[in-house]
Amino acid sequence: MLNAVDGAVLAVDAAPNPWFDLSYVIDNRESILRLLGEHVRLTVAAVVLGALIALPLAVLARRSRWLAGPVLVTSTLIYTIPSLAMFAFVAPVTGLTTTTVLIGLVLYSLVILVRNFLAGLQAVPDDVREAARGMGYGPTRLFWQVDLPLSLPAFIAGIRVATVSTVALVTVGVIVGHGGLGQLITGGFAANFYRAQIVTGALGCVLLALLADLLLAGAERLLTPWARGVRA
Amino acid sequence: MGAGGAGVNRFGDAIRYLNDPFNWTKRDGILDLLVEHLRISALAVLAALVVAVPVGMLLGHTGRGGGFTVALSNVSRAVPTLALLTVFAVTPIGFGPTATTIALAVFAVPPMLTNTYVGFRGVDRDVVEAARAMGFSERQVATRVELPLAMPLLMTGVRTAAVQVVATATLAALVAGGGLGRIITLGFRQQDYGAVVAGAILVAALAVLTELLLVAVSWALTPGEKRLPFLTARRNSPVPEPTAAGVPL
Repeated sequence: MLNAVDGAVLAVDAAPNPWFDLSYVIDNRESILRLLGEHVRLTVAAVVLGALIALPLAVLARRSRWLAGPVLVTSTLIYTIPSLAMFAFVAPVTGLTTTTVLIGLVLYSLVILVRNFLAGLQAVPDDVREAARGMGYGPTRLFWQVDLPLSLPAFIAGIRVATVSTVALVTVGVIVGHGGLGQLITGGFAANFYRAQIVTGALGCVLLALLADLLLAGAERLLTPWARGVRA
Repeated sequence: MGAGGAGVNRFGDAIRYLNDPFNWTKRDGILDLLVEHLRISALAVLAALVVAVPVGMLLGHTGRGGGFTVALSNVSRAVPTLALLTVFAVTPIGFGPTATTIALAVFAVPPMLTNTYVGFRGVDRDVVEAARAMGFSERQVATRVELPLAMPLLMTGVRTAAVQVVATATLAALVAGGGLGRIITLGFRQQDYGAVVAGAILVAALAVLTELLLVAVSWALTPGEKRLPFLTARRNSPVPEPTAAGVPL
C-alpha cells in the first residue's frame, strides 16, 4: 500500500468509507432495530403525553384572556431554550435515563401542541357555539360535539408538526446515551467517521419522520370525512 | 426528595461555576466559546440571508414555486440538525467551524425562504396592480411595494432562523465542534453536573436574549402597525401559518 504519490493521505481517507453500506445494515440489524424501537417509543410517548397535557391547557387558555397571554409567553420561552440545554437542565435530576429525554421531548411537543390546539379552539365560530348552546348543549357536549370536531384539522396539523419535530429532536438524547437512531450518528462519528453508520442513522430519522407524517395525514382523512370534498 | 436536593445542589454548583472569573477568561473558557458561538451563528445567518431572501423575493413576486417552498420547509423539519452537522463534518470539508456554519446555514434557509415567499404572496393584489398602473417596473414593484409590505413576515423569518441557529449551534459540540455547547458536553464527560447546568444556563440565556434583541430590531425596522410578535403571532389563524415558526433544532 505504500505509494509515493499517496504518501500524504491520512489513514481515514485510505480506508474504504462508503456513504451507505447494505452489509453494515444487515450485520447490525439487531442494534439498529433496538435503537429504532427506542426512537419510536420516545416519540409516541412524548407526543401522547404532550397532547394529554396540552388539551386542558388550551381549553383553559381559551376560556380566559388572562391565561392565554401567559400560556403563549411561557411556551415561546420554553421553545427558545435549546434542546441540549433542556436535557442538561433535566439530567442532573433524573440521571442518564430515557426519562430525561422524555421530559425534554414532552416539554417541546407540549409547547407546539398548546399553540395549535388554542388556535384551533379559537377558530371555532362563535355563532356555531351560540347556536349549539341555544339548542340546549351543555358545556361537555358542546366541547365533544362542536368544538372538537371543528378544531380537529388544526389539532392534527399540530400533532403532525409535533411528531415530525420530536422524531428529529430525539437524536439530541445522545447526550445522555438515549438518542434512538441518533446513537448511530454520533457512534459513527466516534468510530473514525464511519459514514455508513452515520448515514443509516440520519436516513432512518428522516424516513421515520416522513412515515409518521404520512400516517397522521391518513388518520386526518379518516377522521374528518367532511373535509374531503372541500379540498378535492 | 434526594433527587430534588441533588438538583438544587447542581444549581448551586452552576452558580459557583459562573461566578468564577477564571471559567470566563481561561483559554477555551466561556468568553472564547461565546465569541466562537456568535461568529459561527452570524456567518450562518448571513449566508442563509444572502441565499434565501432573493430567492424568496423572486418566487414570491412571480408566484411560482409555492409547493416547493412548503415542501422544503416540511422536509427540513424532519432532518435532525445533528445529522446534518455530522454529515457535513465527514465530507471532505472536515469537521470544524466551516462544516458547522454550512450545516446551520442550510437550516436557516427554509424559515427565511418560506416567510419571504408568504409575505410577498400576501401583498394585496390591488396594491400591486395600482403600482403597475402608475408605471412601476417589475423590479420597482418588488423592491418598493412588495418588499416593505412583506417586511413584517420577512423579519419574522429572519428572527426565527437566527434564534434557531443560535440555539442549534450548541449541538455542534456533540460532534466535536465549538461553541457554548462544549461546556455542556465536557461537563457530561467529566460527570461535572455543575458545569452542565452552568452551560445550559448560558446557552438558554443566549437564545432568549437573541430572541428579545431581534424582536426589538424587527419592531424598529417594520413599517406600519406595531405589535409584539409573541402575543399575537398565532391568535386568529385557524391553521398555523406555514412558516415553520421556530423548530428549535
